[in-house]
Amino acid sequence: MNPPAASAPDWAALRADFPILDQTVHGHPLVYLDNAATTQKPRSVIDALVRYYERDNANVHRAIHELSYRATTAYEAARARAARFVNAASPEEIIFTRGATEGINLVAYAFTSRLRPGDAILVTEMEHHSNLVPWQLLARRTGARLLFVPVTGDDGLLDLGDLDSLLARNVKLFAFPHVSNSLGTINPAAELCARARRQGVITLVDAAQSAGHLPMDVQALGCDFLAFSGHKMAGPTGIGVLYGRRALLEEMDPFQGGGEMIATVHYEESTWNKVPHKFEAGTPDIAGAVGLHAAMDYLDAIGRPAIAAHDGGLARDAYSRLAAVPGIRLFGPPGERGGLVSFGLAGAHAHDVVTFADQEGIALRGGHHCTQPLWRKLGITATTRASFYLYNTPAEVDRLVEVIRTAAEFFGGQGST
Amino acid sequence: MDLTELYQSVILENNRRPRNFRKLPAANRVAVGNNPVCGDEITVYVQMDGDRIADIGFQGAGCAISQASASVMTQRLKGRTLAEAEALFGRFKEIVTQGTPDEADLDLSAFAGVHQFPARIKCATLGWHAAINALHGEAVTATTE
Repeated sequence: MNPPAASAPDWAALRADFPILDQTVHGHPLVYLDNAATTQKPRSVIDALVRYYERDNANVHRAIHELSYRATTAYEAARARAARFVNAASPEEIIFTRGATEGINLVAYAFTSRLRPGDAILVTEMEHHSNLVPWQLLARRTGARLLFVPVTGDDGLLDLGDLDSLLARNVKLFAFPHVSNSLGTINPAAELCARARRQGVITLVDAAQSAGHLPMDVQALGCDFLAFSGHKMAGPTGIGVLYGRRALLEEMDPFQGGGEMIATVHYEESTWNKVPHKFEAGTPDIAGAVGLHAAMDYLDAIGRPAIAAHDGGLARDAYSRLAAVPGIRLFGPPGERGGLVSFGLAGAHAHDVVTFADQEGIALRGGHHCTQPLWRKLGITATTRASFYLYNTPAEVDRLVEVIRTAAEFFGGQGST
Repeated sequence: MDLTELYQSVILENNRRPRNFRKLPAANRVAVGNNPVCGDEITVYVQMDGDRIADIGFQGAGCAISQASASVMTQRLKGRTLAEAEALFGRFKEIVTQGTPDEADLDLSAFAGVHQFPARIKCATLGWHAAINALHGEAVTATTE
């Protein structure tokens, strides 16, 4: 890994840390711009996984032998690292999950006994399906109803004018995305949590698109829960984190039953282990936690403020230059945004644009990005999305703009045949 | 490969100006096809006269491959029976999965390039699946999954 450079990271040199970037696709150097779906992994993360399996692999918490001790130590060290990563008050507030989706489902499941008919769950119109469907299921189980904070329009901002009156409508829990995966909007998470807290509403922040990009401090945000995935922040797939405020975790029902989550088991009933183990049934993804630990170290060696400035800057640059392409319709705020840009192109469907770019070695994503209700509201079925990370460069933005301009001509423009 | 192999002029042209892109007021068979991967949705309307397709139209939004394929399909299915339609779909599936053009059928053969893009085969067959479902009288949603 390159040495940390607190002031000005050498972004071009950091690319060498990611072995996968050194290849050609369809005869062109790979330009990977699908980071909102999953990011690539640095050598240090890959090495941590290999080292764990080659030297330390054993099951955690249940044996006395040396390897089990090492595996348990590594797993719990990753938990402590994750607590520092989001500035949780203690490692017991960190639950390892499969990813953001499972973290949200855990909370939604545990809240089954806390909601009654007439209660409400508040979400936004810009939710990823993973922060919408679990609440729909919870509403169905409990008779609670769903309320929505509206999105203003193509500029992709939350309309917060009526938030306080919405929260007053018997809302028990408010879940929202920190950064929208399809618009790039950075929501004012601390303000939203403060306004919810004033009315005694519990908050859950979907940090899937922000945890690997923005500085993250759950105590400063004032949230009750925060969920994210390792694979969207240079870590392995299959591991994620749910932060939960300890007092709430203590009260909550377990999610899945099984080994590790119990204190004592009888044929008829059982008692639960302490938090966070109460929520971690079965053998966890130990190697994933070890890999995630390495990823968090890697990101913080660079510095999350620097990463946010870098990929947010690339996205703003792409947004303003793409605006000049004939027939383009850009989504999300024109100014400050997360590291992605999403757009429609007149006469060219997103999947055609993605196929076109792929032939130039440029990996984009086209489709509904798991926010179907949002696009239905905005009147478009699919968009093309370019999403950036720390290893992307201004030269890659040049190639993106060029390929989109060519695709616009090929599929619908004046110059086509 | 050259993108013009995938996006033949027949495809680009049918995408820009899809034929039979309309709802049939007299339709007696209707089916919806959707591709959950991209959210594309195509509704196929069929008006049967005895065992023959008197008229056929479609509406929906989707990529160039799915729109052009549905457009070409409506032109080829008019006047055919269910058995003939199924035989034609069989030939079309062979073209898009094997890449073997049929010299006698240039319009369908325009989709031969699709076989090099496995992720896009579902786009090419979306309208066809909906049409066959409609012909079977199953007014249900066809899915590519």
